[in-house]
Amino acid sequence: MTVTEPAETMTMVQAMNAALDLAMAQDEKVILLGEDIADPIGGVLKVTKGLSTKYGTARVRATPIAETGIVGAAVGAALGGYRPVAEIMFMDFLTVCLDQIVNHAAKLRYMSGGHTPVPLTIRTAVGTQRFGAQHCQNLEAWFMHVPGMKVVVPSNPADAKGLLAACIADDDPCLYVEHIGLAFTEKGEVPPGRHVVPLGSAHTVRAGTDVTVITYGMQVRNAVTAADSLAEQGISVEVIDLRSLVPLDLDTILASAERTRRAVIVHDAHTFCGPGAELAARINEELFGELLAPVLRVGAGYSPVPFSTALEFHPTPDRIRAAVLATVGR
Amino acid sequence: MTTVGSQLDNRTLLHMYRLMRTITTTGDRAAEEVKSGALASAFYPVRGLEGVCAALGAAMRVEDKLVSTYRSLGDAVAKGTSLRGILAEVYGRADGLCGGKGGPMHLHDQDVGYVTSTGVVGAGLPIAVGLGIAAQLDGAQRAVVTTFGDGATSIGAFHEAMNMAGLWKLPVVFVCQNNQWGEHTPIVEYAASTDLAGRATAYAMATVAVDGFDPIATYRVLDEACARARSGGGPTFVECRTYRLTGHSGSADYGYMPADELAAALARDPAPNFRAWLIESGQADESVLAEVDAEVDAEVADAFAFAQASPQPAPDQRYRHVFADATHIPAQGES
Repeated sequence: MTVTEPAETMTMVQAMNAALDLAMAQDEKVILLGEDIADPIGGVLKVTKGLSTKYGTARVRATPIAETGIVGAAVGAALGGYRPVAEIMFMDFLTVCLDQIVNHAAKLRYMSGGHTPVPLTIRTAVGTQRFGAQHCQNLEAWFMHVPGMKVVVPSNPADAKGLLAACIADDDPCLYVEHIGLAFTEKGEVPPGRHVVPLGSAHTVRAGTDVTVITYGMQVRNAVTAADSLAEQGISVEVIDLRSLVPLDLDTILASAERTRRAVIVHDAHTFCGPGAELAARINEELFGELLAPVLRVGAGYSPVPFSTALEFHPTPDRIRAAVLATVGR
Repeated sequence: MTTVGSQLDNRTLLHMYRLMRTITTTGDRAAEEVKSGALASAFYPVRGLEGVCAALGAAMRVEDKLVSTYRSLGDAVAKGTSLRGILAEVYGRADGLCGGKGGPMHLHDQDVGYVTSTGVVGAGLPIAVGLGIAAQLDGAQRAVVTTFGDGATSIGAFHEAMNMAGLWKLPVVFVCQNNQWGEHTPIVEYAASTDLAGRATAYAMATVAVDGFDPIATYRVLDEACARARSGGGPTFVECRTYRLTGHSGSADYGYMPADELAAALARDPAPNFRAWLIESGQADESVLAEVDAEVDAEVADAFAFAQASPQPAPDQRYRHVFADATHIPAQGES
């Protein structure tokens, strides 16, 4: 008789912790590196809480404050047969170790003709507007522009667990982006045991027929809120959560946009040269004759992220609603 | 030689001479090919480093790992990588070590423990630290060696890696191939202190400076450092003091180098000097060395011919190895 364990309700942080715990238990080649990740602190967001106690500080290695050293060491450990998960505390700090990510992690497989793959996961957090402009910029578009890097952004606890498991098992370097706005507040049921969400599989969060809203991460929540209120006005919105930007599930995007004939792309990153620019271009290229309205984008404005929340910056449900209404001519 | 080589067996000495002669001959030929236009490639000559490379080749075992730099020819030859594979890669051909996708700055040969090389100055040190972590976790008795020039000691990655290696007692041997030049700037004009070995003492590791034009002295230092790494004794920083006998890159002018300095260094040119010493000290006679020279010349000629005859990579290789699974590529082509 098979006993099915019930799904457990947990936060994003707990789900990520569960994914790391399980990966470390199942594969001794999984190791963690990062600033402050060992107990008792267990990482600034507590994602690694308890893991150094359970697996030792050789496998859960608290590092000096040295981002280039952390990612470089993770690249080397990957070349040495391990599956390192490196934590870079905030996404802005990826700028400090860009050489190791862009020139080494992303390119070594290719430059060696396939002989030196780098199975590395870099976890990083984004979204603490209350820390000011150097702790909250969404830089995912930078990494989408580097052949060889995968870019993954979960929006809920089940995906947080399943996508992190997929990144760790993946034979390529993955950048896994955690939004602090979701980390503690987004709760949901998470499948027990091994749970993997394949990279490159978008999820249709909400079905609809009039407009497709394509988004990921923090903005999934706002898109659903907008869609709920638009339904009251008789507008049926389909919401697609991309879950990974590279690989990109273009099939799901195009199939939806072909049906609804209208699309809006929403993200926290700057609109200018953001992921939405690529997505809009691809939809236009494939569906130009089918579309009833231009593909619109809703993203962050062109400034460093302001500290004051009064200087509204990231997309809100109201801004998403306005964009959807514009595509339907209202 | 400043050091008597009696503790090294004759076979090892001849192996070291063969390595040096191979590196010199290959490097000179590659420089000629670049000058003539037959080889369209950035090429960074290793002339002057032959003694250090040969010492490294003798000190390292196959299971030891090496992370090298863009000035990589000598390290690759010393580690035992096939000359045909190296040169076919230098020419960007299908039979190259990386199928023509890496080029001379990005050689690798996992079979002999030549893990990777980096075109970014100083970037190899943190990677070697990670390989050191892997070796430590494996409980393996293997050394991780990383080579870099003196110029790399200025970059932040150098300090981050040295700190981590010292902190965690990793089995890493940092081999600074100090050729006195950071690209076109002499060391006295970019370093607050030119005592690079002295700098490493700040990171709680064994550190030693050695005359890199003396392959036997260099061998002894590197052999001890590798043994220390393998036995869990932690990292070592080795500063090998040499001089670059050419310009920074294969096609560059080197008129900026002081003539007297260069002349003094050329007088210590490692391969011919080692050859003379082998004869003087009775380690080998002229006929044995002439035989080695002939074999090396033939091998080098064969490798160049092989590389030049190797086909270009097939166009369908363009999108292979971006990811493990090609279907994960989000877009192909230029549209």
